[in-house]
Amino acid sequence: MTTVLECRALTRTYPGDVQALVDVGLEVAAGEFVAILGRSGSGKSTLLNLLGTLDRPTSGSVLIDGVDVTTMSDRELSGVRAQKIGFVFQQFHLSPLVSVLDNVAEGLLYAGVRHAERRRRAAVVLERLGLGHRLSYRPHLLSGGERQRVAIARAVVGDPAVLLADEPTGNLDSVNSAAVVALLRELAVTGTAVVVITHDHEVAAAMGRQIELRDGRVVTNAAAGPR
Amino acid sequence: MSRLAGTDLVRLAGRGARGHPVRFLLSALGIGIGVAAMVAVAGITQSSKAELSNLLEALGTNVLKVYPTADLRGRPSMLPRTAAPMLGSIGPVTAVSGLTVLQSEAAYRSPYVPSGQTSSVLVTSVSTDLLATLRGQVADGHWFTATEQRYPAVVLGWAAARRLGVDAPGLRLWMHQQWWVVVGVLRPLPLAPELDSSVLVGGSAAQDYLGADGTLSAVYLRVPEDQLGPVERVVPPTASPEHPELVGVSRPSDALAAKLVADATLNRLLLGLAAIGLLVGGIGVSNTMIIAALERRPEIGLRRALGATRGQIAAQFLAESLVMATAGGVLGVLLGDLVTVVYAQVQGWPLSLPLWVSGAAVLLTVLVGAVAGLYPAVKACRVPPTEALSST
Repeated sequence: MTTVLECRALTRTYPGDVQALVDVGLEVAAGEFVAILGRSGSGKSTLLNLLGTLDRPTSGSVLIDGVDVTTMSDRELSGVRAQKIGFVFQQFHLSPLVSVLDNVAEGLLYAGVRHAERRRRAAVVLERLGLGHRLSYRPHLLSGGERQRVAIARAVVGDPAVLLADEPTGNLDSVNSAAVVALLRELAVTGTAVVVITHDHEVAAAMGRQIELRDGRVVTNAAAGPR
Repeated sequence: MSRLAGTDLVRLAGRGARGHPVRFLLSALGIGIGVAAMVAVAGITQSSKAELSNLLEALGTNVLKVYPTADLRGRPSMLPRTAAPMLGSIGPVTAVSGLTVLQSEAAYRSPYVPSGQTSSVLVTSVSTDLLATLRGQVADGHWFTATEQRYPAVVLGWAAARRLGVDAPGLRLWMHQQWWVVVGVLRPLPLAPELDSSVLVGGSAAQDYLGADGTLSAVYLRVPEDQLGPVERVVPPTASPEHPELVGVSRPSDALAAKLVADATLNRLLLGLAAIGLLVGGIGVSNTMIIAALERRPEIGLRRALGATRGQIAAQFLAESLVMATAGGVLGVLLGDLVTVVYAQVQGWPLSLPLWVSGAAVLLTVLVGAVAGLYPAVKACRVPPTEALSST
């Protein structure tokens, strides 16, 4: 399998000499389903920000699809995010002002896709994720599980190489959270590298590999799990 | 490189308006009121100018007023009775009419009104061609006929009729121990406003019934425009060969033209005030957008995560400011035009709504929106992309 996401000797130090991440190296191949585990303060979110090019490392490098993004300009990074990376957030971040369809279509807004084409592709993805009957709904009318599926649809509508999810099940009950994990697994099967941050070991156990962080260092990096 | 089409930008900006409709409307209204004030001032100015120049055109600017000045001791003088025919004999003069203010006379509604309560209404004897010379108009009734000017009949100036409470011809006034019939009421005379508050009496009647001696307190001349200068020079010796130094000449239309200039000064002041209104409106838009940039950090973070560049975030916020300001501008133009239409209607003026005023006003608001949106846009685009994840 080809490596689509890689980081080498990644270190992030915040002002005040706070070491959020120390010398982290890892590789994620296309189609892999990886959990990043750790308590709060362990550096999970910092790692996700760095892998998603939302933040820059103090030292070390990040490679996405084999390209080093560490030295890229802000403009180039925006292009990488628009083309290669999809994000899913704990708070969904859906706009209450527009329909589910338009929320998902927003995922293609900055990739240079035209309006009609954006909506067409959004409808296809929503259909595939079992939300075809919700296209014209406003997000606030949906259940939490449905909202997170909409957010996932927005993340994958541009067919990214990497999908990064920050506590995607954090606001969901166990039934919905299982459904979301199953959905993410399906996406991994189709070839997307899926990286999920979670502090829930049960959720992490359902994934192909677990990477555990403690105090900004990788303490476990092993393929394990009951399934 | 990801690009953002203009239509997408407009769509995003419109969504900003829908997110906080009341806030949007109030901010737009702030701009709108400033613009409305500017457009209304400009529109009313233009309409009043149009009215005044119509008036000047109708009345002509070629009227001269000849009047006696006070002598060296400050005593008022009169023009000799020969002044009118003499001035009429000056070659280029096309019309000449004399009048005499009868200082000792007063007109009353009835014999029971105590003498002295004249409501500041003067009694003036006029020659029958005066109305034609001044191009005046009768509001009600009619001007003196050849007969009426020899008998106790009066025509009232516009203000005099109101002060005496005469609302229609046919009523009588008590003057010089006898009744006089009101035959007509005039419209205001812009070239001779002093006649507006006068009771006018025919020249012959004034001599026969009131014992007027025929000396004159003013003579109005109409002269071809290009002859005004030469005629003005020969007027004093012609009117009063004995005392040419006691003769003054003026051009009544100058007062109207001066009014035009005075209005322009006042209007510049009003326009300045309106501009301050627009400035305050712009500050309102800026304020609203700064608050939006603060409130919408998660949205900005999300957009950055979706691949928006800083420039695209700035463009979105700038577009929202522009939409807000332009909406206010269009609203203001409509409001200002409405005020102008109503005002001109009420004043009976010809309506003048120059298109360039509305166009300039909208352009100005676009400019205000751009300037007002600059700082909020810069503020918004500096929100770090990590904001989408860190906010909980």
